[in-house]
Amino acid sequence: MDTLQLLISGLANGCVYGLIALGFVLIYKATEAVNFAQGDFMMLGAFVTIGLTNAGYMGVPFWLAVPISITIMAALGYLLDRFVIRLMFGQSQTAVVILTIALGFVIRFVAGMIWGHEPQSLENPLAGKELRLGELVLGMEDVAVIVVTVLLTWGLYEFFNRTKMGLAMQGASQNQLAAYYMGVPVKRVQGFIWALAGAVACIAGILFAAKGAVDPSTGLMGIKAFAAAVIGGFGSLPGALAGGLIVGVIEPFASRYIAAGYSQVAPYALLLAVLIFRPHGLFSQVRVKKV
Amino acid sequence: MSFLELKDATLKFGGVTAVDNLSFSVNEGEVFAIVGPNGAGKSTVFNLISRFYDPHAGSITFDGHDLLKSKPSEVATFGVARTFQNIELFDQATVLENLLVGRHRHRKTNLVNEIFFTPSARKQELQNRHFVEEIIDFLDLQAYREKRIAGLPYGVRKVVEVARALATDPKLLLLDEPASGLSVEETTDMRWWIDDIRRQMGITVLMVEHDMGLVSGVSDRVLAMADGARLALGTPSEVQSDPAVIEAYLGHVA
Amino acid sequence: MRIVFKTDYMQDIRPWKDRYQLGLYLILLAVVFAAPMVIDDFYLGELTNVLIWALAGMGLMILTGHTGQASLGHAAFLAFGCYANIILMEQGVPFMVAFPVAGLLTGIVGVIIAIPALRLHGIYLAIATLAMSILTDDIIVLTEPWTGGVGGKYAPSVNVFGFDIDRWGTPKEFYYLVLGVVVIVTLGYINLMRAPLGRSFIAVRDSEVSAQAMGVDIARTKAMSFGLSCAVTGLAGALMGLFAGAFNNETFSVIISIELLMMIVIGGLGSIHGAFFGAIVIGFLPQFLSISKEWVGAVFGGSSVAIPGLEFGVFGMILIGFILFEPMGIYGRWLKIRTFFELFPFYRKDMFKRQKSYLKTERLR
Repeated sequence: MDTLQLLISGLANGCVYGLIALGFVLIYKATEAVNFAQGDFMMLGAFVTIGLTNAGYMGVPFWLAVPISITIMAALGYLLDRFVIRLMFGQSQTAVVILTIALGFVIRFVAGMIWGHEPQSLENPLAGKELRLGELVLGMEDVAVIVVTVLLTWGLYEFFNRTKMGLAMQGASQNQLAAYYMGVPVKRVQGFIWALAGAVACIAGILFAAKGAVDPSTGLMGIKAFAAAVIGGFGSLPGALAGGLIVGVIEPFASRYIAAGYSQVAPYALLLAVLIFRPHGLFSQVRVKKV
Repeated sequence: MSFLELKDATLKFGGVTAVDNLSFSVNEGEVFAIVGPNGAGKSTVFNLISRFYDPHAGSITFDGHDLLKSKPSEVATFGVARTFQNIELFDQATVLENLLVGRHRHRKTNLVNEIFFTPSARKQELQNRHFVEEIIDFLDLQAYREKRIAGLPYGVRKVVEVARALATDPKLLLLDEPASGLSVEETTDMRWWIDDIRRQMGITVLMVEHDMGLVSGVSDRVLAMADGARLALGTPSEVQSDPAVIEAYLGHVA
Repeated sequence: MRIVFKTDYMQDIRPWKDRYQLGLYLILLAVVFAAPMVIDDFYLGELTNVLIWALAGMGLMILTGHTGQASLGHAAFLAFGCYANIILMEQGVPFMVAFPVAGLLTGIVGVIIAIPALRLHGIYLAIATLAMSILTDDIIVLTEPWTGGVGGKYAPSVNVFGFDIDRWGTPKEFYYLVLGVVVIVTLGYINLMRAPLGRSFIAVRDSEVSAQAMGVDIARTKAMSFGLSCAVTGLAGALMGLFAGAFNNETFSVIISIELLMMIVIGGLGSIHGAFFGAIVIGFLPQFLSISKEWVGAVFGGSSVAIPGLEFGVFGMILIGFILFEPMGIYGRWLKIRTFFELFPFYRKDMFKRQKSYLKTERLR
């Protein structure tokens, strides 16, 4: 029973990692850029929602605040692509990585200026409620996190495989030039992807702030989520979620069954092991440069 | 024993056979051209010799070395230099630096020598610089010596690639489409240079080329390929009049 | 307009183009040598800090700027050099031996780590090194018997040629120690870059395929680059430890790794100058910010309370500005200004147009 409890809370954490990892993979698949600020997006999304809905700030009703903040974060993602990332066209992946790391610094600074550095939680309708299944006691927030993540992943998966826009994005991610010639509006697709990544990050932030507390340095969690994305293999959405869940579950179990300090070590040790033995992630294909 | 020899080389990419049981040999001192339609596997043959790909079967020997037992970088140390179809220069370095990288296989100094730039390192650098200057003279690159590759016109880059290959002081030079994208004048220059490379420098040349004018002008023997296999082999005029070659290029004459 | 006529191959091989350039560098050297006589101990300490960062920057520059392998984990090697130096000294090894040995050991560790890391490209190498840097913290805690764990260690004063040198007791002597190391490493670096090995680094950075075709062994060259990079970083780490006086598992955090990489990007990837320019920015930014905060406070009557995260925020903004508008960093800007004056009035705006960045796209089509 104890193990199961640990597993559920690990899964709930893993879902948040998975959602951030999902953002990494979305952007990587469509643009080959790696957005290291994805974790900071998550943090910012959480703070925007807190700023809208918490009684200490604006006090907007929760169910109204959520769509507003998702829209704000999506717009931010779009604008970032439009005015920053697009200028980087032709520069290397590594340059984009460094840029987004710097962006993360800036976002953390701005969030700290606006909302301070104290940890804050999101006031939400599910707070403090519990779900009892026999002896098993689950926080409603944990349950909500898992449900929302599953629905979101399923929705995105359907979107990519069923809709015209989704297929266009898949095309653009395989070969931008070919997609362009086939009439796919590559630039608009990229902007849309960044907006989508912003929205997903915001949802992750809302879930995270609902079940815990955020402060500006929470954004650094993005590094762990990035590790999760790499463990899952950088190519697929289900892979990203799987990677997130693996990291989320491995953390509490490592600290329970090995030693307290190991919950920090375990995800990165796993990451290094994956990189050494399967350099391109657990689920991925590798192509070789043609000369 | 022949200079460069491929025996029954076969390479498959997934279900596609890129090189199919191909055998041919190049003699020392000749200019040998490989022709064929796009996708015939010409560049793949080069990449097999350079050891970028492992053949599934067959053998490749050069000057008494079994190339299949060597690392890609060792192929160059045996004296094989090459150019690339899509130009692979060191873009952020100058023409001079690119050529000096070509001297790498003659490096005799070690880390300690180089960090302290001992007299032996200095002497080696002077020799390298001298050798490279002769190549620059030979290919008329003086005007571009200090220029970065990024920013040079296409035609010049093509010549710099040949120069860098020559800077390795090779025994065998592989030219992958040396005239593609060049103007008529530049192609004529390239033709004289290839002639001189063979006559003055005594370097054996193996090239892939589409320009039949250039091929028949400089080469002693020509190998025609289609679908990874050998179609015909002989003097340029023999190959050009071979019915199988004509069919491959023009399709069935009904 | 200034024109250099070349009459001798040595002119291409010497590190300086002509006497004018040599003169400039000698003047610069004289200025930094005379600095302790002019500035007070506080600014001397800051200058020492800049030099140590420049040394670390040169270490990373070898790997990232010249070999094209991005590392987000060099703080791990700073830590290794620092601990190796102090632990050796605690075992009774004199500083003059412990210091180079610490660098050497760090280099060997770098080569060992390079062997699996060599299989990784671009972003995967970056994330692997990042993970390594995060783990360093925990490894230091786990190896407490040697490292002192969370409690940390204190740096003793060191003995160089009979002088007792200590960061606080004898700041001038400590400055000269650091300056000496920096000058020696810089000269070695310059020599390396005009010799075959340095050129093979650039070859690997710009095109692995054709480097191979020129006879450059990619794996060995990258391992060599890793080793040299880590060795220099280890030396910088040892000096950083002495400079800090006390350090523990949190001193060399992953943030330091990231800062180091950002520093050389701001300075200008692919040039030794870039390491120094970047170090100046990173070293003097906190001073500059606190001065400008006081100034803003005095003029507009605002409070001068500390703003947490300000440094990193400003640093991030500077970096974004550089990546977007001057990918070649401060050194690139410097080159443009210099060329403008040297060619006056023939400078054209598009002269540097096609030189976008040193790091190539890894996009596979």
